[in-house]
Amino acid sequence: MSNTQTRNEARTLTGAEIVLQALKDNGVEVIFGYPGGAVLPLYDAIFHQNAIRHILVRHEQAAVHAAEGYARSTGKVGVVLVTSGPGATNAVTGLVDALMDSIPVICLTGQVPTHLIGNDAFQEADTTGITRPATKHNYLVKDITKLAGTVHEAFYVAKSGRPGPVVIDLPKDILIGKGPYTEAPKTEHRSYRPQTEPDPAQIKAAVALLKGAKRPILYAGGGVINAGPEASRLLTEFVRLTGMPCTNTLMGLGAFPASDPQFLGMLGMHGTYEANLAMHGCDVMLNIGARFDDRVTGRLNAFSPNSKKIHADIDPSSINKNVKVDVSIVGDAGAVLKALLECWQADPQPQDRNAMAEWWRQIDQWRAKQCLQYRQEGSIIKPQHAVKRLHEITRELGRDTFITTEVGQHQMWAAQYFGFEKPNRWMTSGGLGTMGYGLPAAMGVQIAHPDALVIDIAGEASILMNIQEMGTLAQYRLPVKIFILNNEYMGMVRQWQELLHGSRYSESYSAALPDFVKLAESFHARGIRVTRAEDLDAGIREMLAIPGPVIADIAVAKDENCFPMIPSGAAHNEMILGAGQSGGVAGVTDEGKVLV
Amino acid sequence: MPTPTPCPKNRFMPDSIDPSFRNATIAVLVENEAGILARVVGLFSGRGYNIESLTVAPVDAERRLSRITIVTSGTDMVIEQIKAQLDRLVPVHKVADLTLEGPHLAREMMLIKVVGKGENRMEALRLADAFRARVVDATTESLVFEMTGAGDKLDAFIELMRPIGLAEVTRTGVVAIARGPRSLQS
Repeated sequence: MSNTQTRNEARTLTGAEIVLQALKDNGVEVIFGYPGGAVLPLYDAIFHQNAIRHILVRHEQAAVHAAEGYARSTGKVGVVLVTSGPGATNAVTGLVDALMDSIPVICLTGQVPTHLIGNDAFQEADTTGITRPATKHNYLVKDITKLAGTVHEAFYVAKSGRPGPVVIDLPKDILIGKGPYTEAPKTEHRSYRPQTEPDPAQIKAAVALLKGAKRPILYAGGGVINAGPEASRLLTEFVRLTGMPCTNTLMGLGAFPASDPQFLGMLGMHGTYEANLAMHGCDVMLNIGARFDDRVTGRLNAFSPNSKKIHADIDPSSINKNVKVDVSIVGDAGAVLKALLECWQADPQPQDRNAMAEWWRQIDQWRAKQCLQYRQEGSIIKPQHAVKRLHEITRELGRDTFITTEVGQHQMWAAQYFGFEKPNRWMTSGGLGTMGYGLPAAMGVQIAHPDALVIDIAGEASILMNIQEMGTLAQYRLPVKIFILNNEYMGMVRQWQELLHGSRYSESYSAALPDFVKLAESFHARGIRVTRAEDLDAGIREMLAIPGPVIADIAVAKDENCFPMIPSGAAHNEMILGAGQSGGVAGVTDEGKVLV
Repeated sequence: MPTPTPCPKNRFMPDSIDPSFRNATIAVLVENEAGILARVVGLFSGRGYNIESLTVAPVDAERRLSRITIVTSGTDMVIEQIKAQLDRLVPVHKVADLTLEGPHLAREMMLIKVVGKGENRMEALRLADAFRARVVDATTESLVFEMTGAGDKLDAFIELMRPIGLAEVTRTGVVAIARGPRSLQS
């Protein structure tokens, strides 16, 4: 790529060079990828330049999760490069993960040359067909004159509106051929122009409802994180100004400071007692950037039965999908919050202060249940205690700390016991629930924040799903800390089997586990194993003091359940608080059992 | 062909029967590009929506636009979802629920083949005349009629032909447009 020519004249480049130039012009600094036959021309072009760094993963799924971690911790678009056929199909899980959690990712896939498409050629797969429902949008580039424009458009689509993954399928002859490089167009997209500014009339209606509320609640989700750190700041300002209680979804943790007295914790299936009962008992609910997911609502016909609901979302299809709302606001969470703040301040109507005080008294009664309380007794480490101590010790250290997780009990304990004060510090697979997400996501976070402390809170089963990425940690000297809560079970599966299937632990025991210390060592990392509660703090401190990657294998209580829990098919006010309280599983109906 | 669709069970409220269940004719203006039909059809199958009929053809070569007409059914909430889901597809320009937005015209075309001789053949021709169906092919033992109209008119004609030699039917599915000056393409 020559810089001698001026920017204005259309340069002729090879397809591979066009792709790299377009990535560079869209601010890309890192690609996560894995080479193969169909993308060799792109890898050759990567070899010839230094502007974009390529991170070689060990499996394509991990490349997408790494790009997700990169994107979610920076607010930028994550970029993935994989080859045709198996390269593309391996990436599909990551793509659906990014789709469900609205993470902006661009995935470049190799493809067999255009004249072979449809011939069942070697390493051919119908990538655009396979990824159509796995992406926000996808492209197959068959004309090199459209290549640069397609890449520019893909960035626009990936990051605007509700963000999501975009696939660009690149036949090998397009990468080798020569064509013009064109700059990103200044004009609007022909058909895709999501609304970001809210309708003032709807904002007014929302403020009128909120001002008159006696028991309001704000329920904020990942949309606030996606809207950028300013949206989280505005959210905090709005909550403090209005005196409302605030709860966050799993994806929204960090949007509002966990230590704030107005924070009720996470809501939903494993949310806090106070958050769920406040949702159930409120009279006005303001949802910003969350989607009334089944993990949040519980049984829909018993969900917050006596409230007026306001829903602000950038995706109109999220509104009135599961829950019928009274005021709908389409717009970017940041823009909505800004408008709400301005409208609130301009509105002369006073709040009902007495009612608000009464509401907080009620909430404090719920809080007094101390639903997250556990008893750490004896030598066996309670998993909750391990997460709590990890949080407290990292907070003492004062380093900027990023947490990723795998999926299962450990993920819920991390969400419950690790308090997040800032947005973009919490990376977890929410919608799809992808085991194996945490380690590659942590790699992506560490690449973006080389000096930060990045910890993957994992389970012993999940971590094995992408354990090969230990090789990537070693190659790039990424000092990721893997904190395994090892209960020798697929804990959440075991918990459901205990509660719903008569304690028949069918295939949920983690048999023949590796020696994680030796496993770490074989990948040039350090391994630590902690088995006794009295050694926990020292183990955590040792892990954090090691400058390179570490696996800390924490042996925890094997049969601990994750509470509170709203059994599937139950309502918010039918939650199980703890083992002592359950006595069989109240609230699980046959219909509930059908639900996942 | 259009048989009454039973109200499907709501995923989250298993026992509720929503009285707002209805048919909807939805017009979608899209980019005329490869894969657009697969996106729309995949959206319907992936999310479990009904398709009773679907037609598509280019309508503006210069602006590379095609128009899809979909007849579907669902509760008001589901139909609102269908519209919102269609609208968020990147190559979709506009979505309109013609059933909801005011009076509209809906037409189908059909080719129908009747095989028979003698009195049956004469009866077929007489009925075709009454229904304003055109004869577009004829042999001594067969007739092909072309007929345009609302779906129920086509249904009625098919039923009349059944006892007198109905051999084959092909229908376009519904195309629809709003009455009055409103336009999707403006």
